Amino acid sequence: MAIEVRIPTILRTYTGGEKAVRGDGASLSALIDDLEASHPGIKERLIDPDSNGSDLRRFVNVYINDEDVRFIGGLEATLADGDEVVVLPAVAGG
Amino acid sequence: MLTIDQATYDGIVAHAKRDHPDEACGIVAGPEGSDRPERLVAMLNAASSPTFYEFDSTDLLQLYKQMDVNDEEPVVIYHSHTATEAYPSRTDIGLAQEPNAHYVLVSTREHGNNEGPVEFRSYRITDGAVTEEEVSVVTQLPTV
Repeated sequence: MAIEVRIPTILRTYTGGEKAVRGDGASLSALIDDLEASHPGIKERLIDPDSNGSDLRRFVNVYINDEDVRFIGGLEATLADGDEVVVLPAVAGG
Repeated sequence: MLTIDQATYDGIVAHAKRDHPDEACGIVAGPEGSDRPERLVAMLNAASSPTFYEFDSTDLLQLYKQMDVNDEEPVVIYHSHTATEAYPSRTDIGLAQEPNAHYVLVSTREHGNNEGPVEFRSYRITDGAVTEEEVSVVTQLPTV
């Protein structure tokens, strides 16, 4: 199983500068664990530290095949071979 | 230093005035690595707020996909402050996640929707550190 994950500029320090990496997992949560194994430190940048590992950070957007995962189960969203995952930091401020 | 052409500068200012008293936001895309702000993209402030801005998540994805196709990056990320000075707020600093971008702040506090000068300032924001930079407005960006 292979899932392509697009990495934003700010997280490319974890991927050796790569814009896209491959990972595995039947859910977004499993995929992030798999990414963490190959790119240590990346998980902490994606998961809300106050959520006990159950939620994404508020200002990180993750999309599966163009769908914002917040509308399709968050970290429990399911993945299949060939899915495309995009990670984008929110553009926001006050 | 941020070098920006007059038409793009005027476009950002007009957007900020139009959306006052809510914050306006958008980007200016340019070829990757070029530092040339060429393509102004005014974005919707999904927060519709005088104190907060956020790109809609679907719009954000479309924007980045388009930039990817064009080999572009966000050279400028701009937003307005409508009651305070054109200086990054604590929230702006905490949420700045494009280390290569010029963060432009426009303040409409003085003239709101009306004619009149605005503050237009530019910053680099990396790892929580803010560095103001000079803004040079030119008739046209130099030819490559």
